[in-house]
Amino acid sequence: MAELAPGMRVRTRTADPEGHTRLPRYARGAVGVLVEQAGVHPLADDRARGRAASPQQVWHVRFAAADLFGSGDHTVTVELWADYLTPIEEPA
Amino acid sequence: MSADHTSSVISARVRHVEALLEGRGLLDEGEIDGRIDEFLAGGSPANGARITARAWVDPGFRERLLADANTAIREVGLSMAGGLQEQRLKVVANTAEEHNVVVCTLCSCYPIALLGPSPGWYKSEAYRSRVVRDPRGVLREFGLELPERTRISVWDASAESRYMVVPRRPEGTEDLSEEQLAALVTRKGLIGTAAV
Repeated sequence: MAELAPGMRVRTRTADPEGHTRLPRYARGAVGVLVEQAGVHPLADDRARGRAASPQQVWHVRFAAADLFGSGDHTVTVELWADYLTPIEEPA
Repeated sequence: MSADHTSSVISARVRHVEALLEGRGLLDEGEIDGRIDEFLAGGSPANGARITARAWVDPGFRERLLADANTAIREVGLSMAGGLQEQRLKVVANTAEEHNVVVCTLCSCYPIALLGPSPGWYKSEAYRSRVVRDPRGVLREFGLELPERTRISVWDASAESRYMVVPRRPEGTEDLSEEQLAALVTRKGLIGTAAV
């Protein structure tokens, strides 16, 4: 899988995990663009469950409102752990 | 989504654990309150206003602030390291083309060191759920009517960073001192729900 980098398009996880997560419901299964890195932290989902978690990259990911809500001309930038993100393969 | 915790099971459990720790001499009575007071001490929107005024008068500082806010705010004697660990700060600046507004949709994350305790509306479910969907409408309710051509960027503090908005410098303020400029800046301006 391609390494995450600014400008890359990503899709967020669709799964609805039991318990704590920091992937807001409105941004689930959505396509956004990586804007910049936002620090390195253990995954909050694991910490909330008392599991050992090694730090991983967190990203500012920008979404078009229309892609999230079906309308709106603004953007929403959400801060998401790399675990929530899958790069979208761009056609060559 | 979390809301009011005061009467929740978790609050009772925390109080119980606190009492046990005090009973066993692991925690001094009132130590946690003391640590919280320490954390809050000095936290005030006046800090965010000072940062903003400096950014208005010093383009170099503004550039450094937007690139690496944690380092830049040390130039005005401020820091995000007051808690157990330094929190990352992300500062975004409003322009004629783009207006920024901050929310924490999952709870109420907020840069307490720079803005003091957050206002009640910031923690309300109405603000948290609506501003991501219809920021223009929500800002209008705050009395902020943005021109159609101004793009709106909403920032959701969903992880570990804290956010602050640098509002646009009002027109006709060329002759004001940095201190006078800081006095113009409001808490809402620093969150993005007011022009200044």
